[in-house]
Order: sequence, then C-alpha cells, then structure tokens
Amino acid sequence: MNGVHDMGGMDGFGKVEAEPNEPPFHERWEGRVLAMVRAMGYAGAWHIDDSRFAQETLPPNVYLAVSYYQRWMLAMEKNLAKRGLVTADEMKAGHAVGSPKPLPHKLTLDVVKAGMARNSFYRQQQGPALFKPGDRVRTRNINPQGHTRLPRYVRDKVGTVELVHGCHAYPDAVASGRGDDPQWLYTVVFDGRTIWGADADPTLKVSIDAFEPYLERA
Amino acid sequence: MADHDHDHDHKDGHGHGSELSDTDLRVRALETILTEKGYIDPAALDAIVEAYETKIGPRNGAVVVAKAWTDPTFRQALLKDATAAVASLGHMSRVGDHLVAVENTPQRHNMIVCTLCSCYPWEVLGLPPVWYKSAPYRSRAVKDPRGVLADFGVTLPKDTEIRVWDSTAETRFLVLPMRPPGTDGWSEERLADLVTRDSMIGTGLALAPGKVAT
Repeated sequence: MNGVHDMGGMDGFGKVEAEPNEPPFHERWEGRVLAMVRAMGYAGAWHIDDSRFAQETLPPNVYLAVSYYQRWMLAMEKNLAKRGLVTADEMKAGHAVGSPKPLPHKLTLDVVKAGMARNSFYRQQQGPALFKPGDRVRTRNINPQGHTRLPRYVRDKVGTVELVHGCHAYPDAVASGRGDDPQWLYTVVFDGRTIWGADADPTLKVSIDAFEPYLERA
Repeated sequence: MADHDHDHDHKDGHGHGSELSDTDLRVRALETILTEKGYIDPAALDAIVEAYETKIGPRNGAVVVAKAWTDPTFRQALLKDATAAVASLGHMSRVGDHLVAVENTPQRHNMIVCTLCSCYPWEVLGLPPVWYKSAPYRSRAVKDPRGVLADFGVTLPKDTEIRVWDSTAETRFLVLPMRPPGTDGWSEERLADLVTRDSMIGTGLALAPGKVAT
C-alpha cells in the first residue's frame, strides 16, 4: 500500500539526530514489547510481514506520532485481535477471560536461543530465474492495496540486476494469507539520476532487493 | 522527530517519573493476558531482553570487520558469503541465511537503510538506534546521502561513489569500512576498538588510531 511508512525520498522530516551512548531500550516496556513480538512470532501466531503490514495500516497520523516500539505494540494488538488470540473483553479487563487458541509452538526458556535466531526465508525454487547479473530490468508500476516491499520511489524505473539471492518467501503473498508463493530475489541497482532526475548527485547509486514479480525485462 | 523526542512532555513512553506511563501499563496488561493464555513465558522474555542489553551489540560486527582487515582469506570469504564467514567464527548467534557484506573503498562508500521499516542486521550490530528507524533517516538516505553524512559530521570526496542499499527484503547488509591508516601490525582486538556501529551502517568511518576509547 502507498502508506506513510514508504518514506524513501520524502522531504521535510529534518536532520538525522543521533543520540550519544544510546541504550538498547529507553523504557522497560520497550524490551517487553520486542520480546513479546519475538515470542509470538516463534509461536507461529503470525509472520513478520503480518507485523509490518499491521504497522503500515495504522492511520498515518498515528504512525508518525507514536514512538517506534509503540508502533510495535499497536501492531501486535491488531494481530492478536484479528486472529482472535485476545478478545476485546480481555484487553479491557487486562486479564485472560476466555480459553486460548492453539498455537504451533511456545517460546520457553530452554528454546529461547532458537527463538532469537533469524528465520531462513529461502524456499524451494518453482522455476528458473528470469534474470541474471547484468540484465537491464524495469520495476513495474504497481500500487497494490495490500503489503508490498517495492517502494514508491523506485517504481517504473530501469536498473541493473547485480545479485541473485535465490528463491525467497514472497512478502506480498505472505501478508495476504496466500502462503509463501516463493519468488526469485535480486539486488537491482539504479543510477541516482534515474530516480531523482538530472539534478541528482551524479555519484549516487541506490539498490533495492526486488522480488521477481516486481520486475520486467527492460 | 516522530520516533523519539526528549524536547516535549510525554504522558506515554518516555516519562521519567515514578508513575507508570499509560504505555507501560498497557504493555504490562498485554503481557499478563498473553501469559495467562499460555502463549508466552515471561522467563523467555526476560532472557531476550537481557541478551539485547548485555550480549548482542556492535562489538560482534567489529570483531568480524577487524578479522577481515587482518586476514585476507577471511575477507574474501566474508565478501563472497557473509553468512557462512560469520558462522565460521562461531561466537555469535546464527545470522540467518541472508547476510551480505559490502566493502568500502576509496572509490565507493556504502550506506545501509530500510526505507520501509527498520530492517537491520541485529545479530552483528545489536538493535538499531532510534535514528536508523526515524523518518529523517529513512526518507533522506536514498535521496541525499551526502546530506545525511553531513549530519554525522562526515564529508567524502566529491567523486566517491555513494552506494545506498535499501533493505527491502530479508537480506541484511553489513558495511566493511576502510581500515584506518597508521594501524599496521595492530592486533584484531585493538583494531576492533576502531570499528564503530555507524561505520558498519555507513553513516560513519572507522576511527583514527588516536580516537580509540580507552
């Protein structure tokens, strides 16, 4: 979706301000939110792209106004409610009221290391790769209502395939409940002027990682 | 600005008083519900938080970079398949299957961003700083990277190529910064002290020898 999360190339947000000696968490609850999201992911309650899409579908003013981990919290609440894992009554009461829904796994202390390891997104390839390094490709002009990982600033642009990463789970499908629908994944590099016009920094090159359905031969 | 700001009062999130903030109360309630329903184990949550507070940080990546600076075989392996090369060191949790190391040279400077969310190689760098997840960085890195570098006090030669990697999939990127001059014969451990988090994101450079934190 063309949401406010898709920030590449927007103006007006100001300077980047780094905080010296920044701690991992600024508040206790931030760590709890992160850990709960990890635990629910390990449990198989939803996929990482469901978490992303739940954030993307927050109202734009909310997305911009709340802090990073507040976004995580709001997205988690949406995913819990959507799947009936926690009811509105329970949210109101602050306690479990009904019986739980079965989940495939549970992150307990003995498996916590496994729960913290990054998942593999490699999937069995469904066919040969359409593109190889050096190929010129054009990103498609798509504007789906659902989740996509093709940013707006780089749609309908010609670039060059640089790396082929194998077949990966396809976020656009995963977040729509259509399963993994594995797709070839490429790093595609663009000249800055192709994206931003003749006035762009001539030394700039930008790459994205693009799933094959985002691309056509140029 | 949107993600974190100490300049104005918060009821939520960043209150420094003894009272629990609304957000804190809400998160405690969520944890209670999820625990009572049997979905989560608070002890596992404790372990995750502790790991990010004490174990998983940019020192992991700094060790990798220092090794690449001193061991040409490892450097080649890292640039060919960073996942396998980092795994071969065996000192950190598995980095998934999709880590890519990109090397800075006098001709090319690499910078990593996630314009769509906050993708970041946390196994080697720890949790991303607030600025990495903020609107100013996510919006400007792909359009005005030299302006972003200026915010960090970094100026590069006019003809250096600036390559920005937007992490739009599950691939994760680690910048291999240039080794500072004047460090011949240094041990890996000493070199690792020069490798800042920002130098591995591409918003900074490795420290000059005189700048080592003592």
